[in-house]
Amino acid sequence: MTTAGKPNAARKQPPVRKPRSPRGKQAQRAAEIHPQFDLSNQALVDLWYKMVLARRIAERWFILNRQGRAPFVITGQGHEATQVGTAAALTPGKDWAVPYYRDIGVVLVLGMTPYELMLNVFAKADDPNSGGRQMPTHWSHRDLRIVSGSSVVATQVPIAAGVAWAAKLRGEDSVTVAYLGEGSTNQGDFHEGLNFASVQRLPLIVVVENNGYAITEQQEKEMAIQDVADRAAAYGIPGVVVDGNDLLEVYRTMQWAVHQARTGHGPTLLEAKTYRTVPHSSDDDDRRYRTREELELWLKRDPIDRFRKLLIDDGVLTDEHAEQLLNDATEEIRAAQAQAEDRADPDPATLLDHLFGSPA
Amino acid sequence: MTAVSIADAIRSAHQEIMRADERVILLGEDVETGGVFRITEGLLDEFGPQRVFDTPLAESGFVGAAIGAALAGMRPIVEIQFVDFILPAINQLISEAAKMRYRSIGEWSVPMVVRSPYGGGVHGGLYHSQCFEALFAHVPGLKVVMPATPADAKALLHTAVADPDPVIFLEHKRSYRLIKDEVPEPLPEVPIGKAIVRRDGDDVAIIATGLMVHESLAAAEQLAGEGVDCLVLDLRSIAPLDRDAIIDAVQRTGKVVITHEDHLTGGIAGEVAAIIAADAFEHLDGPIKRVAGPDVPAMGYHPNFEKAFIPDAERIAAAARDLAAY
Repeated sequence: MTTAGKPNAARKQPPVRKPRSPRGKQAQRAAEIHPQFDLSNQALVDLWYKMVLARRIAERWFILNRQGRAPFVITGQGHEATQVGTAAALTPGKDWAVPYYRDIGVVLVLGMTPYELMLNVFAKADDPNSGGRQMPTHWSHRDLRIVSGSSVVATQVPIAAGVAWAAKLRGEDSVTVAYLGEGSTNQGDFHEGLNFASVQRLPLIVVVENNGYAITEQQEKEMAIQDVADRAAAYGIPGVVVDGNDLLEVYRTMQWAVHQARTGHGPTLLEAKTYRTVPHSSDDDDRRYRTREELELWLKRDPIDRFRKLLIDDGVLTDEHAEQLLNDATEEIRAAQAQAEDRADPDPATLLDHLFGSPA
Repeated sequence: MTAVSIADAIRSAHQEIMRADERVILLGEDVETGGVFRITEGLLDEFGPQRVFDTPLAESGFVGAAIGAALAGMRPIVEIQFVDFILPAINQLISEAAKMRYRSIGEWSVPMVVRSPYGGGVHGGLYHSQCFEALFAHVPGLKVVMPATPADAKALLHTAVADPDPVIFLEHKRSYRLIKDEVPEPLPEVPIGKAIVRRDGDDVAIIATGLMVHESLAAAEQLAGEGVDCLVLDLRSIAPLDRDAIIDAVQRTGKVVITHEDHLTGGIAGEVAAIIAADAFEHLDGPIKRVAGPDVPAMGYHPNFEKAFIPDAERIAAAARDLAAY
């Protein structure tokens, strides 16, 4: 009998993943550099709205999948504060990003539209990411400096180091961010990329969205350490742990890392502790490997609800306004879906296109 | 004109290319001090540490970084010290570099050249002697070249760096200082995908790659004394293959020997033979013969093993002689 067939109760209880605060000198410096947020009230509300959009697009995608209209979806409900908070500290179109497949929130903040995301999930010819060639959420958008990624994990870390290196060689003051999950940090490329970047003190930030699971494997099966950020010590760079469900903490820490990178102080490894509240993908059943109790615990820490409460408590947002924005998001997504679903599918006659370019 | 070695020709190509285009950077293990074959000697002095760059000993990491640099506007030349050590980077090459343009519908491209010495006969043992051209030729999105002469090495490096997509540039390490020839000025352009007839003949066509071109020419010389007139076709480019030149060679001779140092099974000779079988079948006057490295894991260290492994002029001549008599 395989473990997959055992009831949940027979499995070892997953460790409760408690959110952590930034530690050590780096966190202190973050506070020194950015004692106050530079975000207006409107900007704060906009960030909340981006989290809502990311969540609702992902939810909509799962419905489309169950309706048979989208063959496959892979999302990151629960990761929104990490994604939106880190991307918000970047300058879109100037800074470079190599996101991974859960990063709906990242690409939304960098400028991809809900319409483009819907083209992506329907694999339409006009999808700017890959025109239907890649599975959904394999991002690419040249104008937004979102570098195309594959399904292979951690290859983006050396690639992002190379992008940062080119920017440095050209004297650009851009920064480059690679995103990946904690499971991917076991790959050699994670090490090789960070090692390369740290030797050259490249303007690179590696954001680890640590949701505690590599598909079905709990973190304790993935590595013998609690904090991926500890791996930064091997490269002589800062490794910072943040509560990935706290938008402002993520944003502030990322702002510090961006400042470090932009001012020639080299790479940062930023680990955001979070949780995906949905299965790995539309083809996964997470009841096989984690308890509902654990899920409930994390649903109570929902990053979107949490930020909404903060904004309302601080008088930045009202319940009425929040409800209005939720309706706006629903309507925006509905319109984007309707517009995208009618677009042309890729023409099989284009199968051989874009194999090679023409010499300049 | 004086004869220059392949090593000098490749070095001089680097100089010309890097002088002409500031986007070209060179990276790899030990390249700052010239590399183990001293191909990049002097380049650090001329172009400085920003453009000639020693990497950590981690092929996947620095090939990945070169891909990233290429995406962001540079034109990296990566030296892999021995092609045997390219395997850690194969994921970056196949999963990322080869697919970048295709998967991004032409938005991103990887104009990168990966140079690497291949081949045996220099007491390199199992891990400093291998040939991987067929491995890369199997990957759409990669181009693969194997220059056999100093002029071609120089011209093809120019072409490869100007190419908008990743090119695997394979240099036979024994040829570096063994093969010397004149390099014309100005240098005629050599496009990727064009073979060249090194010797004309109408009895048997010998189709060869890299250093095997020279063994084939020696075999042809030998057979000429026996009244067998061999055509020697240097493929130069393994991916894409020059179908027209291959078919033309068959049309002119009716008999074909294909030779490479790489293993027989799955080697590029199989693909060349398939092209001939499909598109030049009616011109064949005999079976297609392949003379290739044996299907053992790699070349042994002792000279006896090297000699037994590497196809030489004798074995190529024997195959051509048999065919001529067929």
